[in-house]
This record gives sequence, structure tokens and C-alpha cells, in this order.
Amino acid sequence: MAFLVGVAFAIVWMKDLLAVIMLLGIYGLLSASFFVAMDAVDVAFTEASVGAGISTLLMLVAIALTGRAEHPARHKPLLALAVVIFTGSLLIYGTLDMPYFGLAEAPIHQHVAPRYINDSMQEIGVPNIVTSVLASYRAFDTFGEAVVIFTAGMGVLALLSVARRREDDAKIDLLNIPMHEQHLIPRIVIKMLIPFILLFAFYVQFHGDFGPGGGFQAGVIFAAAIFLYTMLFGMSTAHRVINQSFIQMLAATGVLLYGSVGVVSLLNGKEFFDYSALSADPVGGQHLGILLIELGVGITVASTMVIIFFNFADRKEYPQRKKD
Amino acid sequence: MLMGLYNYWVVVVLMMVGFYIVIAHGNLIKKIVGLIIFQTSVFIFYISMAKVDGGTAPILAEGIKLYSNPLPHVLILTAIVVGIATTALALALAVRIKEAYGSIEEEEIQKKDNQDC
Repeated sequence: MAFLVGVAFAIVWMKDLLAVIMLLGIYGLLSASFFVAMDAVDVAFTEASVGAGISTLLMLVAIALTGRAEHPARHKPLLALAVVIFTGSLLIYGTLDMPYFGLAEAPIHQHVAPRYINDSMQEIGVPNIVTSVLASYRAFDTFGEAVVIFTAGMGVLALLSVARRREDDAKIDLLNIPMHEQHLIPRIVIKMLIPFILLFAFYVQFHGDFGPGGGFQAGVIFAAAIFLYTMLFGMSTAHRVINQSFIQMLAATGVLLYGSVGVVSLLNGKEFFDYSALSADPVGGQHLGILLIELGVGITVASTMVIIFFNFADRKEYPQRKKD
Repeated sequence: MLMGLYNYWVVVVLMMVGFYIVIAHGNLIKKIVGLIIFQTSVFIFYISMAKVDGGTAPILAEGIKLYSNPLPHVLILTAIVVGIATTALALALAVRIKEAYGSIEEEEIQKKDNQDC
């Protein structure tokens, strides 16, 4: 915990944005290990792949586009400090009423949690309670979140997409070839690693019922493998391997798959996302429903992350021509 | 007695550090970093509340009676992924601002805006 605070303060003082982003990666990794200590293995998994991996990468691409030096001028740090200290002390005053950390009698543990812990095995048949709450009890929420992620991906697409031209590709190729020949060792090592990363992503995707994991984590890991590939072999190679419009289709397909599971149960006369409609045996239906929904989430997350990354990187490689 | 609230205080400190970065720094990327720190402090707050002393990770197994609360885990898990998607959107906006104004410093942007009208 103290480490986290230290890193956060270091971020305030650093002027060089590259160093700030590296510190942010460390911060993500530290908070992931804190989540493990707090028994939240699923959350730690997500934070490690998102906070320490993907977000660092995205920020790096962004500062490559915007420049890394921060202006020294600050507006009225004293006023800001006063506001911050005032708000902070109010919040600390608020915590004095809170139940102590780790108490089993705290109100938060009395509401719906006992039901999830005691009944989910009979009702859902999945050992990982986090997965059963995520994909079954609160499927409606998760659907909303998948849609938010999809919408953010579309927003990035709308803001940053550039129309590519054929002749540009040829030029970039010439630039890329000598550059990528230099890094022989990382290239070979990562070439060997990528299949394992992809395999691990699938394991996380389909093993989410029993251990920590699920669609969100798997999608992020899958996207990370593609990012690695892109960084080593250059954008033009990656574009040849991965078709942009296909990825955009996939992102929409993921959301559609999720939604259609809900519609199927509606058509069968049950409530939205009531999986018992999917199969004669209610627990079997739950299994099928969770599997389909996690698949939808995984596809959406992976393809949205790839869309976001490609659009940032494209912006870098094909600088915008003057308002054409 | 004091240790009982220690986690929440660390959360408050982290949150205020993030808040300070957002209001006191002019650089848009730095502001986004501040927002991420703020966001993570909220995650830590939720996860701290979910912890039960002596409990274990909420994956059902034989012979274990006490589990941590799974509900906050679910909420935060999805919030992290949604957070990175919205962060990406914010970064995309910053990139567009850089292209339109040639700078991502708040003051320079405002100066340019004032010159225009």
C-alpha cells in the first residue's frame, strides 16, 4: 500500500511523460498484487493485463503522437492544494463511521452476498462465484458494459481513422524492412511466445467457470498478443495479416451474440437472459448461457482493443495530409 | 483500532493525488494519468470492502466456509475493462486536439481560442 502512495507521488513530480507512463505501469502491477492479497483473483488478473499491459502501451502510442515533454507552468498550485486537502479531510472524516476493514459483520456482507455464496452452486453449477454473478445473476449489467466498450471502440474509430492508400503501403514497407531486421533476438523469442499467449487466452476464456478468468481477461490477453506481433513486424505486415473491416465486424458480432442469447430466452417465454430456456436441464442451460455470453464478451473486448490500437498506430505511421 | 481504517485512508490519499493532478496540471495526457489514479483508488476501495478476515477467494471448494464478498469483484472487474476503453477514447480526443491546436497544454489551447474570436 505504501508503495502505491509513493509511486503516485512520483507521478505528480515527474515532468517527462515517458517516465510518468512507466511509473503508471508499475502502479498497475502493484495494485494487481494488492488485489491478490485481498482475495480478488479475478480482478487482479484483469488489472495486471489491463493496467500494467494494455494501458501502458496505449499511453505510449498516444505520447508518440503528442510529444513527451510537459510544460512546467502550473496554474495556482496552492489553491488546488487547498481544495484537495479540504476534500481529503472531509473524506477521511467520512471513513470514521465505516466498519473496520475485514469484519465479517459489515453491512456489505449481509445483503445479497450470502445468497450468491450459498445458492449459486445449486442454481448455476459453476464453482467460480465471480463468473456466475457476472454472467448469470447480473448478465444485464454485463451486457451494458460490453456495449459501452463497443461504443468506445467505435468512438476511437470515428475520431482517429485514416483512409489508407495503396502507394503509402509500398513506401512504408521500404522503411520497415531494415528497421525490423535489427531486432533479431526479440523477434525470434516473441515469435515463439505468441502461440502460447494465444493458447493461454483461450484457456482463460473457457476455464473461467472453474478458476479465475473469463471473457474480459481473455479478450485483453488475446489483444496483447496481437499488439506484440504488430510492434515487431510493423503495421503494414499486421494489416496484411489482420483485415480491419473483419475486426470491426467481429466487434459487432460479439455484442450481437451476447444480445441474441437474451432474445432467445425472451422468445421462449422466459425473462431476458434467463438461461434455463436454452436447455431442458436448468443447470445445463446456465452452463451454455455463460459459455456463450463469455464468448461474446471475449470477442468484443479483443476486437475493440485491436481496433483502438490499430487506429492509434495508423495515425502515427500515416500522418494526416492537410485536410484533404 | 487505527489499523482498521488504514486501507480507506490510503484510498483517500491516492484519490486526492489523482484529483490534484487533474486540477493542477495543464497537460492533457497528465490529466488523463490523474484520472487513472483516481479510478484505481476507487477500485481499491471496493476491493478492500469485499475482504473478509480469514476468508478466501470466492471460488467454491470443499471444506471452505468463509469467502470474500464476490459482488464488488464483479463490479470492479468490468469497471477496469470499461475504464481502459474510455481512457482510450480520452487519449484519442487528446490526439485530435494536438492535431487541431498543435499543443496539448490547456493554457496554449485557450490562448489560441481567444485569438480566433
